[in-house]
Amino acid sequence: MHNFLKNTFLFAILVLSGTSFASADHPVDENAPESLGTDHEIRTTEEKEFEAAEHAIHHVLDAHDIHIADGLVLALPVILWTENGMVTFMSSEFHHDDEGHHIVPKNGMNFVKIHEKIYQLNAGDDHVLFDGQHHPMNATAVTDLSITKNVVTLFVVAALLLFIFIRAAKQYKSGLPIAPKGIAKWTEPGIVFVQTIAKENIEAPKYQKFTPYLLTVFFFIFFGNLLGLIPFIGSPNMTGNISITILLAAFTFVIQMVNSKKTYWMHIVDPLGHSLPWYGKVPLYIILLPIEIAGIFIKPVALLIRLFANITAGHIIVVSLIAIIFVNKNVGWAGLSVPMTLFISVLELLVAFLQAYIFTMLSAMYIGSAVESKHH
Amino acid sequence: MGTGIAAIGAGLAVIGAGIGIGKIGGSALEAMARQPELAGKIQTVMIIAAALVEGAALFGIVVAFLQG
Repeated sequence: MHNFLKNTFLFAILVLSGTSFASADHPVDENAPESLGTDHEIRTTEEKEFEAAEHAIHHVLDAHDIHIADGLVLALPVILWTENGMVTFMSSEFHHDDEGHHIVPKNGMNFVKIHEKIYQLNAGDDHVLFDGQHHPMNATAVTDLSITKNVVTLFVVAALLLFIFIRAAKQYKSGLPIAPKGIAKWTEPGIVFVQTIAKENIEAPKYQKFTPYLLTVFFFIFFGNLLGLIPFIGSPNMTGNISITILLAAFTFVIQMVNSKKTYWMHIVDPLGHSLPWYGKVPLYIILLPIEIAGIFIKPVALLIRLFANITAGHIIVVSLIAIIFVNKNVGWAGLSVPMTLFISVLELLVAFLQAYIFTMLSAMYIGSAVESKHH
Repeated sequence: MGTGIAAIGAGLAVIGAGIGIGKIGGSALEAMARQPELAGKIQTVMIIAAALVEGAALFGIVVAFLQG
């Protein structure tokens, strides 16, 4: 059985790769009916050259609609706050335009969408003028409170967390069950896992105060990462959005600062303590103190950049590997591209869990160092 | 010129990550060979250290992205 599967798999790869050579000199003639003009005219009606890098970057950014497949696009509401009040409409009114050509008039104001940012056209103008760097010159940015793809993903993850954990928590209302039933069977190992992280890094009994936050952070990041790996819902890159990771790191920072005790601050401003007399410490502290102060802020920044870059880089790799097929304009390349994408996707599953674990563990460590009591 | 230099910068950052994580993996293997009963704990610490080193390398990648 094992040999049969292995042979079938290798045969399939060989056949699919072989087809890429078979159609190498087949001319592209879908423009034949329109080729009455010169070569120049054929080029303008042909589809644009596939820009792999731009496609990959566009895929990991936020969007005002959920693009599931060509032709299956879910429009999302656009909510704008302007001087004339709140303006709402569906993003389908832009008719898939991302270059500022299509104008949506609402309440006497004209809106255009350029690279997924919504601008209000200055009064009296009827088209957008671009400057050298492709920025609009006669349109101003509007406060955009839309329900974008990332916001929808946020709601989905929140709903999932609430649904799963409220149901599981109901079983624990009357003391610890001997053996949990139903959804609690699946959540209890995860909850004990995160509680162990909290216990290892924060002193007893203070860890109980922070375990809810650590649980939320762990499962939010984990589910958010996993949701981003599903291609059929538009592969939403929520945890790879820098605003979301800034928020998570800010939570850890605020909790750490609010709960910080004197011991923590003594460690920051006086790390060496009694081991040296004051005249020995002064030259060292001139260098050490700025580093320690900077460290207070750099540690949460490292948290957020680590999560953001890992998840975004994973998405870009997956999209780029699939783009191999489109750059070579031949489906035979799927024989090479799909196994590589499969391997990277499995690695991304590991990364999804690992990044959630690392974020939670480092948050617990920072909070633990902030609340530790005088023990030496 | 800008995009070329950015790609070289990203490549250098990845070299740093490769060397760092390689050393972590190597010393973890040696430690596991010396004391097989601690293999589970050593593996956990190795994964954590690898993720931290990768975080540092990704700082460099992010800067390269912003540049090019």
